[in-house]
Amino acid sequence: MFQGNLQLKLGNFELNSGEFAFDSSGVTVLFGRSGSGKSTLLRAMSGLDKHARGEFKFNDEIWQSGKKALPVEQRDIGFVFQTAALLPNKNVQGNLDYAIKRIPKQRQHGPSTEEIIERVGIRHLLNRPVDNLSGGERQRVAIARALLTRPRLLMMDEPLSALDWRAKSELLLLIESVIADYQIPTLYITHAPVEVERLANRVVFMADGRITSVESLAEATSRIDSPLFTEEGPVSVVHGQLGEIDPDGLIAFESRQQPEAEPAFTFWLNRAEHSSPHTPGAKARLRVLARDVAIARHRPEGLSMLNQIPARIERIEADPQTHRQVVFLTLNDGQTLIAELSRRSVNVLNLSADQSVFALVKTAALLDQ
Amino acid sequence: MQIMGYPLDIDPILLTLEVATITAIVLLLIGTPIAWWLANMHSRARIFLEALVALPLVLPPTVLGFYLIVALNPDGSIAQFLKFFGITGQLTFNKTGLVIGSVVYSLPFTVQPIMAAFEALPTQIVDAARTMRASFFDRFFTVIVPLARQGFLVGVVLTFAHTVGEFGVVLMVGGNIEGMTRTVSIAIFDHVESLEYTEAHVLSILMVIFSLLVLMFVYGLNRRLQVKAV
Repeated sequence: MFQGNLQLKLGNFELNSGEFAFDSSGVTVLFGRSGSGKSTLLRAMSGLDKHARGEFKFNDEIWQSGKKALPVEQRDIGFVFQTAALLPNKNVQGNLDYAIKRIPKQRQHGPSTEEIIERVGIRHLLNRPVDNLSGGERQRVAIARALLTRPRLLMMDEPLSALDWRAKSELLLLIESVIADYQIPTLYITHAPVEVERLANRVVFMADGRITSVESLAEATSRIDSPLFTEEGPVSVVHGQLGEIDPDGLIAFESRQQPEAEPAFTFWLNRAEHSSPHTPGAKARLRVLARDVAIARHRPEGLSMLNQIPARIERIEADPQTHRQVVFLTLNDGQTLIAELSRRSVNVLNLSADQSVFALVKTAALLDQ
Repeated sequence: MQIMGYPLDIDPILLTLEVATITAIVLLLIGTPIAWWLANMHSRARIFLEALVALPLVLPPTVLGFYLIVALNPDGSIAQFLKFFGITGQLTFNKTGLVIGSVVYSLPFTVQPIMAAFEALPTQIVDAARTMRASFFDRFFTVIVPLARQGFLVGVVLTFAHTVGEFGVVLMVGGNIEGMTRTVSIAIFDHVESLEYTEAHVLSILMVIFSLLVLMFVYGLNRRLQVKAV
């Protein structure tokens, strides 16, 4: 649980978070335009800035009270910065050792050093000087180093923003799986909606140095005016798990209430060329653009689209900006899928709430990443 | 003593090196905290304090020497204060006086390069060390000093060289006592006064060579020690 109300003045910028209280489990993304105060709030929460004022509690432990702040060294925070911030006078191993040597006795548990090095994929880099690494490799070392501090809380300040797209998608996968496996509460800053949709359990929206709202990812993606939606239009995030790769090279993405039960739905995905080694049964998220979803009143025949998912119309709203109709569908397991249709399609099909329909999605639009 | 057949006073050279070494060490110890304090200061007093530290750069050494003699005189408040703690002994016209004078005179040569290095520290790297639980002194010696090493080396070398080359303050505070406070620069002055040009030449050419080597060393360091921040 995070609880508090923080202020921090940096030059002309003033953070005044307002009262906040939200769950700390999983990944909390701080989201907002640049200049909205995301980084300043994270600095105030981390204790790295001695000018922070106000109140802040992490799981009932007081971290800030007025001017008094618990020193960063005692907060058990793992921090990943925008630039990897590796110690330049040491090699990779030296950087990891710096963290390992300073772990207090009572925090020496959890996954072994070896396991973390293997997991993050930096074993082959251990003896390399840090100025001899690519951007992606540096950020991997930074992530390993943060995990090796045995943190109670991970903080990541736009860890992917300085990377090229390939390194970005590799590291996003890594961060996603590491956070899920090690179960460390994480505060993550980004202004990229894709990262929010892939990682977040909840989103803290910020503007003008204030927290404007805290919403679950499902809430944040179920309103048309969500700040997460860009020029690509509304996006739905569907949770499920991956199946085997079938002989045609497709991967099943399913939702099952019980392991043995019939899946509530099955999407067929194309495999992304740069995705991580495929592990069947792994939890995954599917990011579906509303404009890639079509609707049929009856199960269509003679259609090449493999993904024909039964659903019920929950509500239909007009997007005030595009005059297109946004149809919110409820899947068999209760999750939401959004379709964006023209007004004519809605009229011709005579769509309305509570109808049973089929959502059609081309596999080409879906990747298993 | 003779060098290649020319007469050489070894005493002033040894004394100069000794005073310069002690001064450089003392200034490293007091200059570093001052530099840190100034580099992290955001109040308006900083302008005044920076100017105060830089004052010896522009003041005539005689002005500095004059005030030092006044301040350090055996009946003055500083001497009385030290006596209270059982420290007697004279503060001027001996080696102690030379060191005190040199410390004040060379202060900016230590503080300015170190302060510049502290200001240029990549904050994210220092912050990263904090999140890895390094306390202040821990990260100071394991992260900050290595990152600021260029500033430290330039500061120490320039301080040493500048102390070797000083004249006015040493003459005022030290007097010109043979074997006790006569440094190389004063010895050269003496030789010229007594028209001993050969002796003056030997010491002078040594100073020229020494100074040139020091400056080359500093400029070489500036090139080589650029810390690559990643």
